[in-house]
Amino acid sequence: MPTVEVDSLSKTFAVADKQPGMLGTLRHFVKRKYRMIQAVKGVSFAIEPGEVVGFLGPNGAGKTTTLKMLTGLIHPTAGSVRVLGQVPFKRKPDLLRQITLVMGQKQQMIWDLPPIESLRVNAAVYDIPESEAKRRIDELADMLSIGDELTRPVRKLSLGERMKCELMAALLHHPKVLFLDEPTLGLDVNAQTAVRNFLRDYNRKHGASILLTSHYMADITALCDRVVMIHKGGLIYDGSLADIVQRFAPFREVKVELGGDVDHDTMQRYGEVESINGRIARLLIKRDDLTATINRLLADLDVTDLTVTDPPIEEVIGKVFDDGATGNDTNTPTVGTVQP
Amino acid sequence: MTQASTATLIGWPRKLRVLFNVHYAEMMEFRAEIALWAVATMLPLIMMGVWAQAGESGLFPITRVQVFRYFIVVYLIRQVTIVWTIHHFEFLVVTGRLSPMLLHPIDPCIRFILMHLGEQLTRLPFAAAIVGLFLFLYPETITGGPEGTLWWPGLQNILLAIVACYTAFILRFFMQYALCMAAFWHERVAAMDAILFLPYMFFSGLIFPFQALPDPLREILLWTPFPYMVWFPATLIVHGEAPILRGFLIMFGWTAAFFILYRYLWHKGLKHYSAMGA
Repeated sequence: MPTVEVDSLSKTFAVADKQPGMLGTLRHFVKRKYRMIQAVKGVSFAIEPGEVVGFLGPNGAGKTTTLKMLTGLIHPTAGSVRVLGQVPFKRKPDLLRQITLVMGQKQQMIWDLPPIESLRVNAAVYDIPESEAKRRIDELADMLSIGDELTRPVRKLSLGERMKCELMAALLHHPKVLFLDEPTLGLDVNAQTAVRNFLRDYNRKHGASILLTSHYMADITALCDRVVMIHKGGLIYDGSLADIVQRFAPFREVKVELGGDVDHDTMQRYGEVESINGRIARLLIKRDDLTATINRLLADLDVTDLTVTDPPIEEVIGKVFDDGATGNDTNTPTVGTVQP
Repeated sequence: MTQASTATLIGWPRKLRVLFNVHYAEMMEFRAEIALWAVATMLPLIMMGVWAQAGESGLFPITRVQVFRYFIVVYLIRQVTIVWTIHHFEFLVVTGRLSPMLLHPIDPCIRFILMHLGEQLTRLPFAAAIVGLFLFLYPETITGGPEGTLWWPGLQNILLAIVACYTAFILRFFMQYALCMAAFWHERVAAMDAILFLPYMFFSGLIFPFQALPDPLREILLWTPFPYMVWFPATLIVHGEAPILRGFLIMFGWTAAFFILYRYLWHKGLKHYSAMGA
């Protein structure tokens, strides 16, 4: 049975719409107008036990709204959600003991007290025996390389230290399902790496399912084999990370180094010219034509070196979002199959 | 009963102890502010000066010493019945900080009550100092008994008054907490507290003892929740003449009514909660 089952999930918000200026203010006071914003539109996917899934989308795509529905914080307008076989917005304690949500900008740490006090609270409310709680705190602190910070007031900690403490608080009860919303937001490179390694270890050790949103592709490539992408509230891709490039980047980049200088017109016969710098040319060549074109290049020209690469994943995903945003149907993304 | 639910039941004393300890520690961080609150709630001591004059005039059925005792007890009752949850709850809803609490397997309401108890314990030494200063200035409050005997309300009255005090706190808490639920629809609800504060101030016995009211008006007001928030526990100590059974029944009735109202609005309101921010 999947850990998370989402079927035709939708959420619509009524948002007050105010025009600028004094007249707008008075109109807003007398007769308030509301716009209906459909934040999530008919999203469906499933997550299997132990799976780590990247949840991607541009700002305002509906990622956080979806996470809030998956954790039961907000009620869906339509569709259904089941997490560990339960409906999350019923907020049954049995389910709450098995899930967690880390939101990068929302702290559960008590601001004026040291993190250890918040961890004591969590240990008590999750009924973790005191000796076991101490063992888990030591273990988590060790995995996240955090020590003295636990007894300093939260307000005195750096953003990275606070985020590590948030993770400790969120994972103290050993949840089976982790919903992570930008867990590395604002962290330096070392802290990002530490959090990624920690999440990978946690997933392996506890077999937890993880749904992760992040604007840092390094988080996704390091942790997720599968990604779910949404844009303007709708699902646009659900499949393996590796397939994204295959599906959405029909070109490969070919860097050719020649025996002498080369001109634009000559190279244009082989593919789309990205750049020419003396003896070095960069071309974009369709995947289907790649072998034939390289054979022609080698036969026609004095090639001294040749490399073929995929475009960076960030560029491909950025292009998918751009195409989605502009309604460009050239590379209209389609929903892939769910990878178990 | 399942093993898990048994473990949860056994865990309740620990939950309450840890939450109280932590929230007391949190409130101790605000001790300077809380000390100022203890000073800022001296309205009963100010009103005492006004009513002491009235007591001396013989126009009201209370003596100057009774006025002293009444208002010093009112001041103490006020220290343990002040409820500020509407301001806190509004902040949590508007900023989305309620969300982490909703993900815990414990009702946030329990935490809010324990926060208040932690704040009361923090406030206690400051309030005790103010009362000590007052008793030093007006020793007849203690020594002004008949034929110079010391004032002793009696153990039973003191115990009843303590129970009434904390019932009053729970009543006032749920009254305000039910109003808090409006935050799910309107967000800025702290201003609504004024709707409750006015009748609380005038009809609770905070600024005048009920003995000063005409009988018909007093009888009507005794069916409302307000007199039981201050006047009832104060009268148990000062005069020992309060309608004990009726008083407690009305208190429990209103508390149950506000509790039911809060639970109803809580379930409705959570459907409107947008967990904003992020």
